[in-house]
Amino acid sequence: MDAPTLPFTKRTLSNGLDTIVHEDHHVPIVAVNIWYHVGSKNEQPGRTGFAHLFEHLMFEGSAHHNAGYFPPIQRAGGLLNGSTNTDRTNYWEVVPTSAIDLALWMESDRMGYLLPAVTAERFETQRDVVLNERRQNYENRPYGFALMAIVAALFPEQHPYNWPTIGSVDDLRAMRLEDVQTFFRTYYHPANASLTLAGDIATERAFDLAERYFGDLPAGPRPAPVQARAELAREVRLLLEDRVQMARLYMAWLSPAMFADGDAEMDLLGDLLANGKTSRLYRTLVYERRVALDVSAYQSSRELGGFFLLVATAAPGHSLTEIESLIDVELQALTESGPTESEMERARAQVEAHFIYRLQTVGGFGGKSDQLNAYNVLRGDPGFFPADLARYRDASTDAVRGAARRFLAFDRRVLLSVVPRGEQHLALPGAEPVSVS
Amino acid sequence: MTRADRSRVPDIGPDPPFTFPRIVRHRLPNGLQVRTVEHHTMPVVTMVVQVEAGAVADPHGREGLAAISVDMLDEGTGELSAIDVSDAFARIGAEYDVDVGPDVTAFAVTTLARFAERGASLLADILLRPSLREHDFDRVRQLRLDRLRQLKDSPPAVAERAFLRLLYGEHAYGHLPIGNAAALSALAREDVAAFHAERFQPSRATAVIAGPMTHDELLRLVEGAFSGWTDGSSALQGHPVGDVEAVASQSRLAVVAREAAPQSELRIGHLSAHRNSPDYPALLVMNAVLGGQFVSRINLKLREEKGYTYGARTGFDWRRGLAPFSLQASVHTAATADAIADCFAELDAIRGSRPPTDAEMALAKASLTRGYPRGFETASQVARAVAQLAIYGLPDTYFEEFVPKVSAIQSADVVRVAERYVHPARTVTLVVGDYQTVGPSLGPLGLGEPQVLPADA
Repeated sequence: MDAPTLPFTKRTLSNGLDTIVHEDHHVPIVAVNIWYHVGSKNEQPGRTGFAHLFEHLMFEGSAHHNAGYFPPIQRAGGLLNGSTNTDRTNYWEVVPTSAIDLALWMESDRMGYLLPAVTAERFETQRDVVLNERRQNYENRPYGFALMAIVAALFPEQHPYNWPTIGSVDDLRAMRLEDVQTFFRTYYHPANASLTLAGDIATERAFDLAERYFGDLPAGPRPAPVQARAELAREVRLLLEDRVQMARLYMAWLSPAMFADGDAEMDLLGDLLANGKTSRLYRTLVYERRVALDVSAYQSSRELGGFFLLVATAAPGHSLTEIESLIDVELQALTESGPTESEMERARAQVEAHFIYRLQTVGGFGGKSDQLNAYNVLRGDPGFFPADLARYRDASTDAVRGAARRFLAFDRRVLLSVVPRGEQHLALPGAEPVSVS
Repeated sequence: MTRADRSRVPDIGPDPPFTFPRIVRHRLPNGLQVRTVEHHTMPVVTMVVQVEAGAVADPHGREGLAAISVDMLDEGTGELSAIDVSDAFARIGAEYDVDVGPDVTAFAVTTLARFAERGASLLADILLRPSLREHDFDRVRQLRLDRLRQLKDSPPAVAERAFLRLLYGEHAYGHLPIGNAAALSALAREDVAAFHAERFQPSRATAVIAGPMTHDELLRLVEGAFSGWTDGSSALQGHPVGDVEAVASQSRLAVVAREAAPQSELRIGHLSAHRNSPDYPALLVMNAVLGGQFVSRINLKLREEKGYTYGARTGFDWRRGLAPFSLQASVHTAATADAIADCFAELDAIRGSRPPTDAEMALAKASLTRGYPRGFETASQVARAVAQLAIYGLPDTYFEEFVPKVSAIQSADVVRVAERYVHPARTVTLVVGDYQTVGPSLGPLGLGEPQVLPADA
């Protein structure tokens, strides 16, 4: 079987805007996808949540279309959205080929001419919307504060992964309209962006259109890379009370950055441990011993460094201590003997299939246009797709065992017990209460 | 190089032509309906098998039977344990998922084309020959009972559950697929075996397969796996689903108290329309104007103008019987009564006092029609769309007819269907939130005395 590929052409406009084109003529749609290389990692303590609040303002209008961004795109039959994480902010449209000019006009207008449209009223309303997003997705959701407690314990206070992308309520309330202007001038311009067009469009025409709509925007400064280091030299035991029925244990370790040595191996470890009924921890905790209701594990790869997270919810009548010791036995076995050849074969089959499934859509979150931008922004090479697949294909049992040994140490991790309110005794022994809001 | 003209937003060109997938129907000698669709993009195949085993099939007092029965199927077949089944799917990189709907349950397997035969045969093994072992049943049932306990803390889940009950009462549509604790506790393995024998019969099932092969090759994949399926001896005992009362006689207000909750989870709606109604295209346009999308009236009011919520949407929860039309939103506690009043004002206005403007009509119709081809990009999208047609007995020409039908809808049609299918004066309003704080503000809404429900009503 031929290896799957994601072909493209890349050119950089004279103002520094990386432009990538991928043709796929199966459906008469084009995906427009822009990454700005800015996320919550570019925020400062006391101003957390700003990158994401700013993203909301990008949909409220720009100088030459001083009204909401949804109506024109939806009137064209398009979809649009955006998202912010620690490392980047992305915006996308998927439009019928007949509306490609419209999508590019609008993306370029907010890249070049956003500020005249940002009013105090729009800013205040979107601040309220974001506070409601925070209530809905974190404050009013079971276990919604757990990840905030974990990143605060894994990363030191000055490290930008110490806080969640949604930000703190106090910081969101403290933001001012002037902050929007400074932020836009620092991060939103061609030299800090990457544009991908994927779908039913000829490559030369795509580059012509990119030049027409973005070519005359000033390059802007290239922001200095963020430098930050994290180290965890001990085991940290924390406790959080929440409005939940069942106690849940979170284990977290610092792990390799995205694409760094060991990153793919940690990803594979997540699958081996907890992806599906056939995984080691599901089998032990949920299927055989029935001490847990669920278990999950994943490598969260980020630009400045990653973390590996393992989560299990206690079944009624079973303690987090019991779960912890069973997990530790499995981790010990993995670090000593590594995965079996048969487990690795299964993992490789899954990875290969999923790399192909990823090639089925041109747009949206995770579509081909988003992948090309990810590789370009975080790796400097939109052609990284086959090398990315090779990282997994070529991972050896020794390398996976080595990664487990190096990164999943018992004495360098955060153990967070989330317990029902008033039931602190359900936490692991020695857990310190933390306050997150 | 021509520079962009910033004086005006560019025009949209003529709609690009698009050929919708051709559906070919077949019937196996055992009665299984098969629909094949060629989809030549990636080497990926999706197969959907749809069985008359939705939550509506749960007998009264056995709520949750369909869902737990379906959950038991991949717990083992022949020599394979639950672990082995999961391992077998994983070794070909297959994705297996199950959707227990109100009327039918859809099983879907997506594989690389070169593993399609293996994927189909695994699916057939678990659907036709599940082991249904006692100790697996005990474990699966306990997990579901524990899940039910956990759902008490999730405001959207609490709201879904209570709302269905308020709308449908004792009717078989009145519960979530997971059922309730009393019914689940009383179920036995034999109930699952009987349900499987009764409901999993080829003469009442449909298989849909889409992938990069000819219709013949796709058909052979289904035949190879499912031709040995035979109708069991047990006749379908399912009680016919009688239809339900369209709307209650008056408005009702219900509250599930969630102490100190930062937001109120809202559901506002009533039973409204049938999926097979000739008014369906007009209802879609009406919903798009009123609350179905980001740019609809209700979201623009509650989110973009007032900042009360992260998002508010209305929609129909389609099923073969009478379907609900409702709003869902999670709003800041302090804004609860105001948000409800705004929502009612919009439900009222679209019935005539503020008919859709030309601009609203153009936006609503274009968003439904111009974006339609986007839904046919992957084998999985195509197979699932065709499976939807099968649920409602819609014709194979449905996709081609969709755009012209929606395009023909006028503002007056929207007002007419709003008058007929939207009833602000006979609506159920449910609030899952901080009752102590919002309670006093609800009285002036004139929705009557609130009925206070427990979180696991």
